[in-house]
Amino acid sequence: MIEAAPIRHKFFTRGVYVLLAIALFGAFFAAKRFLYGIGAISNLNDQYPWGIWIAIDVASGVALAAGGFTTAALAHIFHRHRYAALVRPALLTALLGYTFVALGLMVDLGRFYNIWHPIMPSMWSGHSVLFEVGICVMIYLTVLYIEFLPIAVERFMGRVGLPGLLGSLNGLIEFLLRLFDRTLSRVMALFIVAGVLLSCLHQSSLGALMVIVPYKMHPLWHTPVLPLLFLLSAITVGFPMVILESIWASRSFGRKPEMHLLSSMGKAVSVMLFVYFSFKLGDMIIRGTLPWLLQPSLEAFMYLLEIIGGVVVPAVMLMSPKIRHSVPGLLASALMVVLGVVLNRINVFITAYTPVYATERYFPAIGEIAVTAGLIATLILMYRVMVMVFPVLAVETEADRAIDGRRDTQKGPPIKIAALAGRRNQ
Amino acid sequence: MDRREFTKLLGSMGLALVPGKAAASHPHGPLADGVGVLVDTTVCIGCRKCEWACNRSNNLPEEELSSFESKAAFDSYRRPDASHYTVVNEFKPNGEAIWAKTQCMHCEDPACVSACIVSAFKKRSDGVVAYDLSRCLGCRYCILACPFQIPAYEYDNAFTPQVRKCTFCIERLDEGKAPACVSICPVECLTYGKREELIELAHRKIERNPDRYVDHVYGEHEVGGTSWLYLSSVPMTELGFPDLGTDAVPCVTETIQHSIFKNFIPPIALFAFLCQIMWLTREHGNSDDAEKSDTVDAYGGGDEGGTAS
Ligand code: SF4
Ligand code: SF4
Ligand code: SF4
Repeated sequence: MIEAAPIRHKFFTRGVYVLLAIALFGAFFAAKRFLYGIGAISNLNDQYPWGIWIAIDVASGVALAAGGFTTAALAHIFHRHRYAALVRPALLTALLGYTFVALGLMVDLGRFYNIWHPIMPSMWSGHSVLFEVGICVMIYLTVLYIEFLPIAVERFMGRVGLPGLLGSLNGLIEFLLRLFDRTLSRVMALFIVAGVLLSCLHQSSLGALMVIVPYKMHPLWHTPVLPLLFLLSAITVGFPMVILESIWASRSFGRKPEMHLLSSMGKAVSVMLFVYFSFKLGDMIIRGTLPWLLQPSLEAFMYLLEIIGGVVVPAVMLMSPKIRHSVPGLLASALMVVLGVVLNRINVFITAYTPVYATERYFPAIGEIAVTAGLIATLILMYRVMVMVFPVLAVETEADRAIDGRRDTQKGPPIKIAALAGRRNQ
Repeated sequence: MDRREFTKLLGSMGLALVPGKAAASHPHGPLADGVGVLVDTTVCIGCRKCEWACNRSNNLPEEELSSFESKAAFDSYRRPDASHYTVVNEFKPNGEAIWAKTQCMHCEDPACVSACIVSAFKKRSDGVVAYDLSRCLGCRYCILACPFQIPAYEYDNAFTPQVRKCTFCIERLDEGKAPACVSICPVECLTYGKREELIELAHRKIERNPDRYVDHVYGEHEVGGTSWLYLSSVPMTELGFPDLGTDAVPCVTETIQHSIFKNFIPPIALFAFLCQIMWLTREHGNSDDAEKSDTVDAYGGGDEGGTAS
């Protein structure tokens, strides 16, 4: 049974035009960077070699793409099949998220054309945390594309109809697609597990990146358990991202969000937030850094904002079934978690960082902000294109609606959705 | 898979991530016959000839030697940058002027080497921390990592920017010559030689003139030791040098790194573990999903989410 289908909807809306404008504005600055250098559009310098391009485009981008692996793990490793409807959108977000991490790096890397160097065995550097991050991200990006293949195959299988002369190839392509389809469904499980493993590895290593600067980092954030905290927060932010994305996509395409699934995710998120919070608190107690919070400083303020606004408040909100089951309540709490994690990455990579010979405080230049905003806008536009071309979002079939109808009156069975590609129910 | 198992899984991953206490403070340790330079700041006269020689020897933008005689450069504190590998600064901690030359310290366990994603920085067997431009991708992690804030980047170069820092005059060393800055120094403030011998020399100097020096050779133990060593009449922190511990900076990250990837056992174990869960829980996927999900939810938490929307 086919559960997902391309969305039929008008592409251009007012929002789309706004996004296009933001993307163009960013493209203008990106073009300037390739003509005059990084210094021309950024406030990066020898004191602050890394700015928001690393903190937001890379670190937050990777963290927010975690929905891909947490949802895949939930549906396919822990076999909570009722969540399968959310796997494809989450996979697409991860795919686009990581693709844009790579695109963002093309602007940030001084010699962007050497970005492939870490693949070469002669360049492997096992001692480098960044190498581990880089290589895991590259492999994971490939895995994501492989995981997406069945969706692409599904889109075109049985529908290959090249025009004119190319028409003679139709049979061959059709055959190849079917071959693909059969092999992929057999090995996909391994790729999914590999994706989860790779995610755990690089999500944590991203945190280890800043462990190497003990003398430049504020004690509130500098801890050897940063990798663990990064991993925990990435796992925690996965579901809120899925929630946000589902609610927003439904709103934009005039559909009903899968609230029954999203609310239960919300409850799990609340538990995870408390776990994350206890690790953060435990780490602070062990390292004795709590007194730092009492000193009135930007760092203390940002830390409290991150922990209270991004962890404690949403955790408490999500505990309440009333908030969890209302669309605005769930949306607000998920948004707080997401912003909290972004703020955490910004804090770790920017707020906490003080150069040895600091003469100023780093604040992103207009060019840096424009490029980052442009990337995000393009990503959202790409998401829109993809869900209109590929069967990503689950369709509400007659049968589903019937189930949903029952759902309102009794504890009905959840929607059955086949595991891997949504349509294969062996 | 219930919540307890999940927590256990996290716990075991956490263990792999927390570095062991027994971590050595020198992942690589000082080199047996590394070279170095001893800078005796009590001898320096602030003539800035080393700056000039360095620029000339490294093909950096050159200026007339006479322009280095100007004392205006001492008005503000300067740092090495992409076109100056070394700078001399003036300090007046007790009223009297003291000059200190700054350049890459050529650490024994360099953070830049540990950080670099493609090993563009390498510690040579003679102690020099050398840069290989052909590998570099310009991620600037080396710049972030350096505890002395030394490497500089060419931010205004759109296509071929490089990381720049003191080269230790590699070519001159390979020809058997001393670094350019050492050779030109008119007062022998800089001594080039085997690092071990320089440390001995430094301690002898302190012993002979206990009033002249503070009893500390800066760089002997800082961040696991550095090839460049400093003697001074006041603590080096008063001459603009950072106050650093004796542990090599990369030791924590490399311990984390090595425990995660120990013979690839932890990743493979996690992979196998995940596969196992996948296999063990496959049952309630298709057949009894319905009953299960009524009571068991995401991560084992029952939820009334099924009833409302
Ligand atoms: S001083 Fe900085 S650049 Fe020089 S070797 Fe040490 S870490 Fe590397
Ligand atoms: S900027 Fe170049 S030398 Fe520095 S860490 Fe990145 S790749 Fe290595
Ligand atoms: S060793 Fe060579 S590169 Fe380094 S400061 Fe001296 S002259 Fe300059």
